[in-house]
Amino acid sequence: MTSAATTTESPAALMHALRGVDYLADPRIAQVAFLAHRLGKPILVEGPAGVGKTELAKALATLWERRLVRLQCYEGLDESRALYEWNYKKQLLRIQADRDHEWNQLEDDIFSESFLLTRPLLEAIRAEEPVVLLIDEIDRVEIETEALLLEVLSDFQVSIPELGTISAASHPFVVLTSNNTRELSEALKRRCLFLHIDYPDPAREQEILLTRVPDLPEKLAKQIAAIVRSIRQMDLKKPPSVSESIDWARTLLALAIEHLDTETVTDTLHVLLKYQSDIERASAELVHQ
Amino acid sequence: MTLPTATPITSLVTGFVGELRAAGVPVSMVETIDAMRALEVIDIGDRAGLKSTLAATLVKAERHLSAFDTAFEVYFALSPTQAADGEAFDPTATPGSGDGGAGGSGDGLEELRRSLLRALMDSDMGAMTQAVGSAVDRLSGFEPGRPVGGTYYLYRTLRRLDIDAIQEMLAELMAEAAGDGGDLEDRLLSEEIAARIEQLREAVRDEIRRRLVEDRGREAVARTVRRPLTEDVDLMHATRTDLEAIEGAIAPLTRKLAARLARRRRLLRRGRLDFRKTVRRSLATGGVPLEPKFKAPRPHRPEVFLLCDISGSMATFARFTLQFTYAMSTQFSKLRSFAFIDTVDEITDFFGPSTDFSGGLARVASEAEVVLHDGHSDYGTALLGFEQRYGKEVTPRSTVIITGDARNNYRPPRDELLADLAARAKAIYWLNPEPRSYWDTGDSVMGRYQRWCDSVHEVRTLRQLEAFVEQLSAPTGGYKGR
Repeated sequence: MTSAATTTESPAALMHALRGVDYLADPRIAQVAFLAHRLGKPILVEGPAGVGKTELAKALATLWERRLVRLQCYEGLDESRALYEWNYKKQLLRIQADRDHEWNQLEDDIFSESFLLTRPLLEAIRAEEPVVLLIDEIDRVEIETEALLLEVLSDFQVSIPELGTISAASHPFVVLTSNNTRELSEALKRRCLFLHIDYPDPAREQEILLTRVPDLPEKLAKQIAAIVRSIRQMDLKKPPSVSESIDWARTLLALAIEHLDTETVTDTLHVLLKYQSDIERASAELVHQ
Repeated sequence: MTLPTATPITSLVTGFVGELRAAGVPVSMVETIDAMRALEVIDIGDRAGLKSTLAATLVKAERHLSAFDTAFEVYFALSPTQAADGEAFDPTATPGSGDGGAGGSGDGLEELRRSLLRALMDSDMGAMTQAVGSAVDRLSGFEPGRPVGGTYYLYRTLRRLDIDAIQEMLAELMAEAAGDGGDLEDRLLSEEIAARIEQLREAVRDEIRRRLVEDRGREAVARTVRRPLTEDVDLMHATRTDLEAIEGAIAPLTRKLAARLARRRRLLRRGRLDFRKTVRRSLATGGVPLEPKFKAPRPHRPEVFLLCDISGSMATFARFTLQFTYAMSTQFSKLRSFAFIDTVDEITDFFGPSTDFSGGLARVASEAEVVLHDGHSDYGTALLGFEQRYGKEVTPRSTVIITGDARNNYRPPRDELLADLAARAKAIYWLNPEPRSYWDTGDSVMGRYQRWCDSVHEVRTLRQLEAFVEQLSAPTGGYKGR
């Protein structure tokens, strides 16, 4: 594997290197990843579900041989899940184990690092080797919770009242993803480089299919890419994502279908589309045009 | 790093940021500095790279990207010679250095069409740019200094080039190359052709813009090509493309609205003692429960009644409000929606959880009984109908939102009915798509209704709708208490 230094020489080199770990970045993605690396800023990746936002973080981690620390966001995520928590049980045991000791000494003791449970953000900061920190689906947390991240994102440090400020031993490379279900705060956006990833054009999608499904005949890949584009232009609840078109390609391969016509498409549409109303609409549109 | 001199690019970026701000894209000082820092680590001779770099540092929302693209094309336009010769891009070259109307004049028009066609067949962007360059030279009749818009030259070039004929020829050629496929193949092929013809149009547009920039300078052209952002498009006069963009932006907004309405209730009350949390918390203080914890009250799903005027004068706005209704129905379990023109009908079921928007819209058009007489708005009768049929379901927990221009066609407004409703409901909000200065002119009776509403808002753009949502969350502001 190429060393981190050579892969980040230029955007083109990074794009090429990403290809080596099976991530087909377009020049724009490579450029922004390159910039983020050079400027030491987080990337905020936005776009429809299943276009490879999370994959980008994973690919960069693999490429640079860094550990991937992942924080999956959800509604109700709080400090104790994102940053750190005191290990109450252990503290309690400690207190009970030495009843005879002086209180001051005990207090110093139970609020030390060995009683701290690190959660992803603190873990990423404290890692000896630089890690890739993936904060997935940031748009799912409430706007107030976003504030938790700001200190980590701009100063790479975490403040713990009992211990003081813990600064990063090494700068993590941070990737945040969002499905844009709500507007993120200005403060968060200001601290990040913004990257919008949309569905790939048919040529790139074809390439992605061929990389991910190696046995796929080229002609079929081309057809799949064209049909998926056509379906994405329809007015659907949930247009097919790249990962769904990969699933579709695998299905077709398993069914030994080598050429697509209207019938085979409508028969296998349920792999691509997840709502009954979408399936009905797409098959109707594909049949009469 | 090929930074020629620091100053020209810095001032160019400053001008560019100014243009973005003028177009309504919020760019902060910090972001401008980030962009400048980024320029130091990239090769600014790579135009695509420069574009992604500026986009990543300056623009933080998808819906601002098209404004960014437009401004970028103007500020960092290739000069015509650079475009044609594939010369290295120099962003700081002053516009006007190209020699403009040279080259390609020897080809006949037929020859030109053929080379365009070949470029389209092979998807060869380089060849296409070159052919488009000579097409604009020969066909646009470009006159430096003449005060006409770029669209004038665009249509002139496209008409004289006969783009429809080119599309037909391309279709024939590509059908031949593809051989006989089924219906599906045909569909895919025609989409591919449409995409390539769009590329051609785009190339012609870019070429003309380049010449305009050369002729008039960046600032002047930027001003003429500026378009309102999605959030600033006037809903009454939105085009279809605008509406599609707006529809994409509504969903996040309704989610915010839902969160805001729920949160307000959460802040107002404290729940019962949470025994588990209190004990857990007490471990931090050695088992002594110093700090009692309370259960957060379950956020009430607020009850919302939405009444939309869907009459003809409101057609574009009605589509927007129905889209808003649809998006809201996915957020509120207790949302009931009603449409009216001169009478009212419930449309809640058309936009239920397992429906899609266009289907719901079609059902409103065909099934909802909203016209009793002549299909002109009659707010009075609509209010009476609402009161009689659904009035007793409005309780002190219900929020009523009415959307419409309050143009009553000189019929009795029956605003005493709204007063009754206001007395029973938690709050009544009215969203009016007309500019405030038009209210109470002609047949508008906004003032009569306004007295009974907790607040009335001019909502002509998405931004104003957002402001309404923001204001709802403010702790004061029209809140009548429980």
